[in-house]
Amino acid sequence: MQDHSFTTTVFGRLTLESLPIHEPILVGTFIAVAALGLIIVAALTYFRLWGYLWKEWFTSVDHKKIGIMYIVLAIIMLLRGFSDAVMMRLQQAIAFGGNEGFLHSSHYDQIFTAHGTIMIFFVAIPLVVGIVNFVMPLQIGARDVAFPYLNNLSFWLTVAGSVLVMISLFVGEFARTGWLSYAPLAEKAFSPDTGVDYYLWSLEIAGIGTTLSAVNMVATVIKMRAPGMSLMKMPVFTWTALCSNVLAIAIFPALTAAFFLLLLDRYLDTAFFINDLGGNAMLYWNMVWMWGHPEVYVLILPAFGIYSEITSTFTGKRLFGYGSMVYATVVITILSYLVWLHHYFTMGSGASVNAFFGIATMVIAIPTGAKVFNWLFTMFRGEIRFELPMMWVVAFMLTFVVGGMTGVLLAVPAADFVLHNSLFLVAHFHNTIIGGVVFGLFAGMTYWFPKAFGFKMDEFWGKVAFWGWVIGYWVAWTPIYIVGLMGTTRRVNHFDDPTLQPYFVIALIGAVIILIGVLGFVMAIVMGIVKRNKLRDVTGDPWDGRTLEWSTTSPPPAYNFAITPVVYELDAWHDMKEHGYKHPTEGFRPVHMPRNTATGVVVAALATALGFGMIWYMWWLAAISFAGILVVSIVHTFNYSRDHYIPADAIALTEGKRAQQPAARA
Amino acid sequence: MVVMNPTGDIALQERNLILVALGMMLLVVIPVLTLIVVFAFRYRKGRAPEKYDPNFTHSAPIEVVVWSIPLLIIACLGVVTWITTHSLDPFRPLDRISADKPLAKDHKPLDIQVVAMDWKWLFIYPEQGIATVNELALPVDVPVRFSITSTNQFNTFSAPTLAGMIYAMPGMKSMLHAVLNEPGDSWGYSGNYTGAGYSDMRFKLHGVDQAGFDQWAAGIKAAGETLSTDRYVELDKPSEKVPVMHFSTVASGLFDRVLNRCVVAGTECAADIMKKDRALDRDNGGMFAPQPMDHSAMQSSEGQMSQGMSSMSHTSTSGDVTAAVPAAHDHTNTGTNNGALAAPEQQGSNARP
Repeated sequence: MQDHSFTTTVFGRLTLESLPIHEPILVGTFIAVAALGLIIVAALTYFRLWGYLWKEWFTSVDHKKIGIMYIVLAIIMLLRGFSDAVMMRLQQAIAFGGNEGFLHSSHYDQIFTAHGTIMIFFVAIPLVVGIVNFVMPLQIGARDVAFPYLNNLSFWLTVAGSVLVMISLFVGEFARTGWLSYAPLAEKAFSPDTGVDYYLWSLEIAGIGTTLSAVNMVATVIKMRAPGMSLMKMPVFTWTALCSNVLAIAIFPALTAAFFLLLLDRYLDTAFFINDLGGNAMLYWNMVWMWGHPEVYVLILPAFGIYSEITSTFTGKRLFGYGSMVYATVVITILSYLVWLHHYFTMGSGASVNAFFGIATMVIAIPTGAKVFNWLFTMFRGEIRFELPMMWVVAFMLTFVVGGMTGVLLAVPAADFVLHNSLFLVAHFHNTIIGGVVFGLFAGMTYWFPKAFGFKMDEFWGKVAFWGWVIGYWVAWTPIYIVGLMGTTRRVNHFDDPTLQPYFVIALIGAVIILIGVLGFVMAIVMGIVKRNKLRDVTGDPWDGRTLEWSTTSPPPAYNFAITPVVYELDAWHDMKEHGYKHPTEGFRPVHMPRNTATGVVVAALATALGFGMIWYMWWLAAISFAGILVVSIVHTFNYSRDHYIPADAIALTEGKRAQQPAARA
Repeated sequence: MVVMNPTGDIALQERNLILVALGMMLLVVIPVLTLIVVFAFRYRKGRAPEKYDPNFTHSAPIEVVVWSIPLLIIACLGVVTWITTHSLDPFRPLDRISADKPLAKDHKPLDIQVVAMDWKWLFIYPEQGIATVNELALPVDVPVRFSITSTNQFNTFSAPTLAGMIYAMPGMKSMLHAVLNEPGDSWGYSGNYTGAGYSDMRFKLHGVDQAGFDQWAAGIKAAGETLSTDRYVELDKPSEKVPVMHFSTVASGLFDRVLNRCVVAGTECAADIMKKDRALDRDNGGMFAPQPMDHSAMQSSEGQMSQGMSSMSHTSTSGDVTAAVPAAHDHTNTGTNNGALAAPEQQGSNARP
């Protein structure tokens, strides 16, 4: 029965037919991507940047550089995920009556699956992890995270996952199962192709990275705060980063296990989630949503933290109700574990179970509502400077309140019966994810950009990005709410009812406006680089910030703080400025720092090969890569040359330069 | 907007619930949205420097208010949720036909068995002895009791004019009690994506008066083809954009065999496998063997289970296969298919064409 020929042994189930040469859209994309890739490779070679990238970035264990690499990865993946979104909107806008649109169902189904998967796992998570990585250690006055090598490994494992997803575009196909790949559809009987395997292996690999990163961040917050920074003197963003990562540690194992059991079903014919032999797909739904619902709080809590920092900075006030803000964050963290079942009220769990999970879900609105009020009263009697980050905050508040309202509505089980799986639901979660998470991440990137690079983003293009996203969001998603109320279910490829078409056309226009926002953001960075001399921040504190990250230079030196700050008050840097803090110019000591390592890159490359081998049944490749990962990991433990000291002279030199800068505040 | 203008009483109550919940939330949402705009405008830099008060960072009264307002709204909404989740539980039999039409004392709901297939809907009318594909006719103002299962995938049975949706799942039976109050044609869908033919997996929903319904059923009875086991197996093959089909007769116990995943001759029914496993486990004193006390409790709480083999075969299905659906115990046993097939009869019926 089994084919043991040479080609199947070497290539598994990979054949020439696996390449989508009959798909003009994919061939075109491939040519464009290949051309762009070649240009980039050629440019890097021509300018001799490979060594620089390798030494200064890829092998770096500096949390700031890793944070920036996470964000670069997320922006690249955002472009992919957003193109998927535009294609879906275009398809739904034209596929009416007899017209089947330009995407046949197998392609369309891959696109909506890829869109959701990429946007959550390879855009939102890397952006959140990236910003936490960059900002949090600076906010707590630390020189790096607790486990610098682990941080590098986590990043590269995330890259490995996204590389596998990108490969699926051109070799084989991606899953056609929706972004959570529900069993039984994702079982071998119904999805025998490589798509679900791409999905599972890329997310297993990236998920391990995210879990390790969460462990790292929690250890950092717990163990590495500057002296004097008790928990209740931590910046709110650090609090939210802590809660978000505590959540992530608890939930990612559930997802990893669910995927692992599904992999066993697909590879070893076990029967966890199949319809027969006592299997039950409901188990899978429970496990993925035990991850899935807390996951949205993993994403949005740090966004709440970003809004808090920005509101406080740009109103020139300490955050109103810091204590209740912290408690609200912790309450949300705990409650978010208790609500997962609201994703399938309609599975017939029974009225009392549904009512429990419905009410538990609504209860989250209480601390969330309190947070909104606290931001509001931070603005009250403030002196609001409407710079770009603050504009994002106000847009967030106006948008997110509506999303929260539709969320509470969906939490009422009997109302959910008519709204579940409709486009109303899809509009709701885009309302909270775009209006809550994405706006927050853009606000955060704009806010901390000068800290990372030493100059601000271009303001004009930043405003284009802002208005594109905000107006585009409302134009794109209001009609989707409406078609949801017209009874339209999600993930539909073409429609009969012509009265729906105008709404989808408006939604397409909205998507195009968001496209302007997406490109505007890229332009804001590009033009920022072009005009960097004009936009340069020499003070290290361009917004009159309040937390410790603004006390060091922009960009911060490798060691972050020449002398570890001592914290007496909340908003430590504001407090230091009030008390006439002067940057030290002498008395430096050598700083103990971790050394770069290539292990993370190598392990992640091997993990990519392992995933690819497993997906295509190239068992030899999988076996060699797996053995390779073990060997490299073990060898790494024998590497005793892991640290170095930055001599005091070098620090004195760096800090001395800073003291000479004319505009240095403080 | 069909969700806002339904023609079925259950969907109408759900619509009303949406409006009530929205109204309660707008009580706080509108003031908040207004305050955001007002504060953003009033406290922007340079407008009123004398109002700037950087030390206004805590106020116990305000804190109490900002926590209590959401708390109050959610408390009220929680009560509404608890009540409506029970009163609109799809497993619960109806207690009225519409707001102004009470239920007749001796009413008998119309039974309809729904099988979600790849990618079409099969509706079996056991009393009429007919079946349809992708077409559902309902007599107006007659309570309907849907028993819903699926062949392979997780679909949702979604007819937004009639009532909220409920999952159709393989090996499990869910229930929906609903009533249509106005005649007219509309559409029903599957709400849960199931693969290639999903987008076209929808059915016509006809609301007709009782005479019209009888006529429709009689027409099918007179002219349709036979849904034998073999015909069902053929129908079960994945197909897309399936036209409406009518069947004048239906193989006996078809729905229960679909539910127990034993349509094809020679396959053992899930209920029988579980019964055997349970007996085996009990004999071996295994970890899943019910303790004597539990066992007797089970017998009494699921009264009908003790009625003998034939009933056992079915009820243990609705009890155990839907174990993840606790409410099923309360509702599914209340009279649906009391004369469910015993295993031997099923084998026999499989042998028939």
